[in-house]
Amino acid sequence: MPQSAKDIESLRIEHITKRFPGVLACDDISLEINRGEVLALVGENGAGKTTLMNILMGLYHPDEGHMYINGTEVHFRSPNDAFEYGIGMVHQQYMLVPNMTVVENIALGYKQAWKGWKLDLRLVRERIEEIAQQYGLSVDPDAYIWQLSVGEQQRVELVKTLCLGAKFLILDEPTSALTPQETDDLIALLKTMAQELSIIFISHKLQEVKDLSSKVAILRHGKVVFQGITDDHSSSDIAALMTGHEVNLPHNDAPACTLGPMLQLRNLKVRSDRGHHALDDLSLYICKGEIVGLAGVSGNGQRELAEVINGLRKVESGQILFDGKDITNHNPAQVIASGMGYIPEERNTEGIVPSFSMKENFILKDAESETFSNHAFLKKKVIDKKAEELRTEFDIRSPNTDVIAGSLSGGNIQKVILAREISRSPKFLVAVYPTRGLDMGAAEFIHKQLLQLRNSGVGILLISEELEEITNLSDQVAVIFKGKIQKVLPSSEASRRRLGILMAGVHDDEEI
Amino acid sequence: MTKRFKTGYRIGVIILAIITAMLLGAVILWAIGADVLKTYLVILTEPLKNKIGVTEVLLRVVPLTIIALGITVAYRSGIINIGAEGQMAIGILATTAIALAFPNLPRGVLIPFAILAGAVGGAIWGFIPGALKAKLQVSELLSTVMLNYIAAQLYTFFLRGPMLDPAELTMGSGTPQSMRLSRNLDLTRFIKGTRIHSGIFIAIGLAVLIFFLLWKTSYGFKMRAAGASERAARYGGINVPKYLIIAMMISGAFAGMAGAVEIAGVHRRAIEGVTSGYGFSGIVVALFGGLHPAGIVPAAFFFGLLIYGADMTQRLVGVPANMVQVLQGVIILVIVATKMILANPYLMQRVESRWHEIFSRKNRAQEADA
Repeated sequence: MPQSAKDIESLRIEHITKRFPGVLACDDISLEINRGEVLALVGENGAGKTTLMNILMGLYHPDEGHMYINGTEVHFRSPNDAFEYGIGMVHQQYMLVPNMTVVENIALGYKQAWKGWKLDLRLVRERIEEIAQQYGLSVDPDAYIWQLSVGEQQRVELVKTLCLGAKFLILDEPTSALTPQETDDLIALLKTMAQELSIIFISHKLQEVKDLSSKVAILRHGKVVFQGITDDHSSSDIAALMTGHEVNLPHNDAPACTLGPMLQLRNLKVRSDRGHHALDDLSLYICKGEIVGLAGVSGNGQRELAEVINGLRKVESGQILFDGKDITNHNPAQVIASGMGYIPEERNTEGIVPSFSMKENFILKDAESETFSNHAFLKKKVIDKKAEELRTEFDIRSPNTDVIAGSLSGGNIQKVILAREISRSPKFLVAVYPTRGLDMGAAEFIHKQLLQLRNSGVGILLISEELEEITNLSDQVAVIFKGKIQKVLPSSEASRRRLGILMAGVHDDEEI
Repeated sequence: MTKRFKTGYRIGVIILAIITAMLLGAVILWAIGADVLKTYLVILTEPLKNKIGVTEVLLRVVPLTIIALGITVAYRSGIINIGAEGQMAIGILATTAIALAFPNLPRGVLIPFAILAGAVGGAIWGFIPGALKAKLQVSELLSTVMLNYIAAQLYTFFLRGPMLDPAELTMGSGTPQSMRLSRNLDLTRFIKGTRIHSGIFIAIGLAVLIFFLLWKTSYGFKMRAAGASERAARYGGINVPKYLIIAMMISGAFAGMAGAVEIAGVHRRAIEGVTSGYGFSGIVVALFGGLHPAGIVPAAFFFGLLIYGADMTQRLVGVPANMVQVLQGVIILVIVATKMILANPYLMQRVESRWHEIFSRKNRAQEADA
């Protein structure tokens, strides 16, 4: 057997602490995993999961604490050290060369096959077959990576890691890119593999945690806040623990839907880029002067929903009614003309043309309008004046409006987008992750603008991952799960716990 | 970072780029055993020494400018047109057909009509790869190059067949060329004793037109947006495929017009080899000119100088004219490298900190001396 001589019977970490400037990433973490166990590591973004994994992989050194393998203490100076002991990681992004075959990809890291000038592919092939039989992992060694589906590529990553001698697998959100079917296959596969080795996997999804793990550890702010045997706890308990404790919610007592519906989505079926149904019979309506927050784990159809409303994706079946008019499968220009505003998820590449100046970006949707052009000739003076007004009104920090938009900070770019969308006086606004990655000041500014817009009678669909943002701003909260609206509830009833359970796909939330 | 340093840095990099290109060229010239200094001197100064030289350079500026303008429209709209050579050939065929069919139309009608025909011919040849890219995502690099071959064969076919000069048939010499086209198509040669023709004003007019189209109108805005970020353009309600096709048609039309002007001004008939690589040099001119009309006109002059100078080096110093193509290649490589260097802010910061280090040390030394 190559590399690691011994199997890993147990891995134990004690009191691991890691500090970064201003952040306590891991705070006194102790965990133990034995052979044949699967530990699910759960927590929000920034909870310290990745830091912990990087410590296990030898990329970071803990400031305090100890690590033991089979009872003896180990120190990893680099990923190679961790590898020598048989710890292997499958990253979220696969590290494969697309135009090489499976054998060639695995040979890249398989040192035994490199004999001077010669690369012994036969040896690699034998090793792959051995691993495939041992774990029931079927891969076609001669397939090119680009020919494989995402699920198959992931299997190749697993085979690669195992071929190189891993006895202990770390998987970073292994199902995030997979279709539901592929997810089921992977979980079944990992279950059988777990009989021979140990697995730690990071996940946001309750179902996987429940199906696969034998132990679960929940991290929050660098601390293990819960640790236990998965089977001892019900789905809803774990879901509640995953999203955290009750916070005192600000109540939004505005009467529901007094002004009538603005946007109605009826039984939408929409395909994702990969061809499966990203939206599956989704229905939702949003009234004038109302903010509906869409909560959900990302990847459940949020992106497709935003795109389909704005005409950027085709509707397979169903209907979109906007202010009483049918806009199903209208093109983006028609949707914009009917009064739709859109703050897209990718602010740097979709919301602005990065190489254009700020003022050019202000007129991105209106270059042809009579306000800014006269028989196709742009009215420079009007554009300059309008841009200067918007810059002042929205407090965009830049010396002038000729600066290249792509050179602005994230917060300022978002303000440019917001300024453009609001100044077009829309009837409805779709805002996707409007404050992601922004500092408190910019986020607060954007929240205020959204509320102001709502009060002036505009309907808003707010898609966000941050439950606090959603519950603070929304009149109604809709929860999306696997392309369906799980439930719509008034913001006053949307506790963190209840949302968390709904987001995790548990249907009957009344039993808790 | 001060604005003064930034400007200085940019100018410095460009000067360095020119020196690098000259040095690389010098190595190649030295390798083939040419007199390096004399070659450069001949290329860069000999054509400018008399009236004929200058006008001959300007004669080459005309097609280079018009083609480069078209390339710019395509490039700015996110599609790389390598098919100008073929579009130019088709433009020439269309112009010739019109001139042969209506030789008796008055000048004021025939010239615009024939040039328009050239534009339409080129536009059709540009439409094909544009539509293939917009509708079927066919790489324009592939389709434009392939269409170049088809156009070249069509061109030869017409010149040897339907458009062949009847005089050639009776004389039996069989040179593949059309008959002398109607004199009503001739563009005026406005300096006696030279070949320079009024096409140069057409080229300058078109440069102004492209500047206005791209930067002053909503159509240009949309094309540039589609080219700069397809996703953002789509988001902004811009019909990206439509503008891609329009841009390719404009690009082709310009190449076609370049061909029309070339035969109406210089050759007066369709002959073989009119395109003579202008379609490819036009790409270099467009890039060298920064994809902006204000840069393209001087860039076209520089390349016109190189092309004409190359003829002279062949005669005066015995360096083959093909060497100019080698020099063009070197220049393209240097442009690409320069662009990457100018786009790298980290490098600029490092240069600046080094600069200040050296500069302040010098100051201190001076103070110490004082």
